[in-house]
Amino acid sequence: MSRSIKLKKGFDISIAGSAEKLIGACSYPARYGVKPVDFPGLIPKLNVKPGDNVLAGSPLFHNKVIPEIVFTSPVSGTVITVERGERRKMLEIVVERKGDEYINFVKSDPSKLSCGEITDMLLKSGLWPAVRQRPYNVVAKPGQKPKSVFISGFDTAPLAPDYNFIIDNSPASFLRTGISAVSKLTDGKVNLVLNGNTKSSTVLTDLPGVELSYFSGPHPAGNPGVHIHHLDPVNKGEVVWIVNLQDVISIGRLFEEGIYKPERIIALTGSEVLKPQYYRMISGASVSPVVNGNVRMGNLRYISGNVLTGTKIASDGYLGYYDSQVTVIPEGDYFEFFGWAAPGLDKFSFSRTFASSLFPKRNYRLDTNFHGGERAFVMTGQYEKVVPMDIYPMQLLKAILAADIDAMENLGIYEVAEEDFALCEFLCPSKIEIQAIVRSGLDLMMKEMS
Amino acid sequence: MNSLRKKLDKLKPHFHKGGRFEKLQSVFDGFESFMFVPDKVTFKGSHIRDSVDLKRTMTVVIIALLPALLFGAYNVGLQHFKSTGVEATVMRSFGFGFLRILPLIVVSYIVGLGIEFIAAQIRGHEINEGFLVTGLLIPLIMPIDVPLWMLALATAFAVILGKEVFGGTGMNIFNPALLARAFIFFSYPAWMTGDNVWTEGLTSGQNIVDGFSGATPLSLCAAGETSKLPSFMDMFIGTIPGSVGETSTAAILIGALILIITGIGSWKIILSVFAGGVGMGLLLNAISANNYMELPFYYHFVMGGFAFGAVFMATDPVSGSQTETGKWIYGFLIGVLSVMLRVLNPAYPEGVMLAILLMNLFAPLIDHFVIQSSINRRLKRAKIALNNSVK
Repeated sequence: MSRSIKLKKGFDISIAGSAEKLIGACSYPARYGVKPVDFPGLIPKLNVKPGDNVLAGSPLFHNKVIPEIVFTSPVSGTVITVERGERRKMLEIVVERKGDEYINFVKSDPSKLSCGEITDMLLKSGLWPAVRQRPYNVVAKPGQKPKSVFISGFDTAPLAPDYNFIIDNSPASFLRTGISAVSKLTDGKVNLVLNGNTKSSTVLTDLPGVELSYFSGPHPAGNPGVHIHHLDPVNKGEVVWIVNLQDVISIGRLFEEGIYKPERIIALTGSEVLKPQYYRMISGASVSPVVNGNVRMGNLRYISGNVLTGTKIASDGYLGYYDSQVTVIPEGDYFEFFGWAAPGLDKFSFSRTFASSLFPKRNYRLDTNFHGGERAFVMTGQYEKVVPMDIYPMQLLKAILAADIDAMENLGIYEVAEEDFALCEFLCPSKIEIQAIVRSGLDLMMKEMS
Repeated sequence: MNSLRKKLDKLKPHFHKGGRFEKLQSVFDGFESFMFVPDKVTFKGSHIRDSVDLKRTMTVVIIALLPALLFGAYNVGLQHFKSTGVEATVMRSFGFGFLRILPLIVVSYIVGLGIEFIAAQIRGHEINEGFLVTGLLIPLIMPIDVPLWMLALATAFAVILGKEVFGGTGMNIFNPALLARAFIFFSYPAWMTGDNVWTEGLTSGQNIVDGFSGATPLSLCAAGETSKLPSFMDMFIGTIPGSVGETSTAAILIGALILIITGIGSWKIILSVFAGGVGMGLLLNAISANNYMELPFYYHFVMGGFAFGAVFMATDPVSGSQTETGKWIYGFLIGVLSVMLRVLNPAYPEGVMLAILLMNLFAPLIDHFVIQSSINRRLKRAKIALNNSVK
């Protein structure tokens, strides 16, 4: 029996630049980057050096603590650079594409394989990192059995891609095979959560082997963290896994064709994109072919992901491992004369302190300006309005800042991820870096509990 | 605008580390960000940020205070001319009162902001906007005749011992503006009680007309002379003696409306303070042991600082309750205690200030119990899950 849950708390940001439902043609990018920084808590160790030739599915680096978890090249070609940042932190491994050669992982029917065999297949192909766990929001630990698996069938983030459109343009058989592989990983249910506000693709509603649930409401109603909290909350010591819908398709392809080809449909969005629409891309692909000549002039911010949780990339940067969206918005590096005192007809705000709130909703061209300076926590009752969970956000944040392990545990640290607090960060009048605080809390708990 | 921007950019290096005036960096940054919203951009986490900041938030509170301030200025003049028996127009009353209030505001801001600037520089922080509101609240809850040196001392006390020692805006336990008032109330009680301090000129005994009494409605009530009270409408409009900004319930309600519509002030707290007042008022009406107890409960809302406290003091997000459920309890108890202190305590005619300060102290305890109930729900859930897995 499917459950349907209506959420009231949350907020949809009115930002301009949603993608038109068209899949554009673009030339294949020449370069692909795999970014260790996409995986929180990972200590990467290189398997290759610049100049090495790799196939699609060859390991580029692995997890130093759990060496079975490897991160593989999405295409065949030559490793050209290993970009490093401060203190030699590994930022990205760049592969120049040449030909279409795949490592053969031997196709098989997942329904006839054991949990261990499926885990092995995912591990060596480089698809294992697509499986993430709660608590801590990190790559799942192989060998563990989660009490359930969650797949979100919709995304409510600003300008997020429409999964129904994506699914209708993706091979349905891969999705079914992927689900049958994923369902072997748990003794519990595989939950597929769909949008209760719109009609979902029949491919999703008729998918065998999943428990359907419907959530409706403003963002973050599509976040897996919110689904888990309401359907199968994580208690201390329990583990729930999550997989992105498009990664389930890649998993299905792995078993049906025996190759690692993390192809996905991404939405190119944002006010600065001339023709915002969808594109077919390989994970890790350089975004330059789709943004070149397709953006407005000016100082721009390129984001892999959405404006709330995405990662800043260069104009020829690479699509993140978990991202199905690229957003381009204007940078906000300007001074504004008495900006805080103006009536604010053109200012977008969650609060009702600007004149714009008197007028009907419209989409704004939002930029990256901070709109103020960082302060201590002052206002109360704001975060609660956008966190649809039985959690006290400010108290949890203060517990994290104080590194009070017991309080963090009591206040629900196991149930949250950075993205669940992204809206708090957006609307915070004190301009506090909330997602970074949540991440540091998760890292601390992970260290204490291991 | 552009030339100003250029001038600032030229001056900036002098105020930064290594510059000639590096000791004034916080002050410079404070003024710069006051004139220009900085060009700082996001670099991690959310790439877009809400247009609202603390400056905007505090500005809204100041706008909400304006009706009470303007009416206060008029009323100061009105009461003065009443006491001297001079006929005066509205504008003349307002002008007179405004010039009398101005020194209070100036002293409060200079002392308070001066301390804020020094504290921010010592900590290496940006200057916090919190005092912009506190600095206006303080004069509004003072009697008009309070000596300026006393006001300066009280402001310094409130800012240093009430706020900075705890770590500045956002960290304080008590509402700083109320602390300033409490400081004078207990240190110089002659300037905060009695019938003379509420009307300008009365303390120095200028040509007072016969029969004029500067008694506030609350002191009349405390003396049991409820029959001498001004009419309900006069008290609602606010043409009565009292602290500068507290007399007009009508003007305060306009401010309340601004706070509630913009979402800056918690409507839950405002409503529950009044609910607490109604509850306690009705209870006292039911007992009716003396004249004061017989006074209809709604009279409490238009006398003294009840409305002002409910709208502008109890809603302080820092010193008040921080959980939504807690706000109901916190507000309700403020209302109950205010009326209780007024009617049942023979020592102090006014109870709102002490009620709010007392509940400031208890707000963390209320929050503790509210949050504990969420924690208990979580623990219970974990226990059920554990039992199921054992079976």
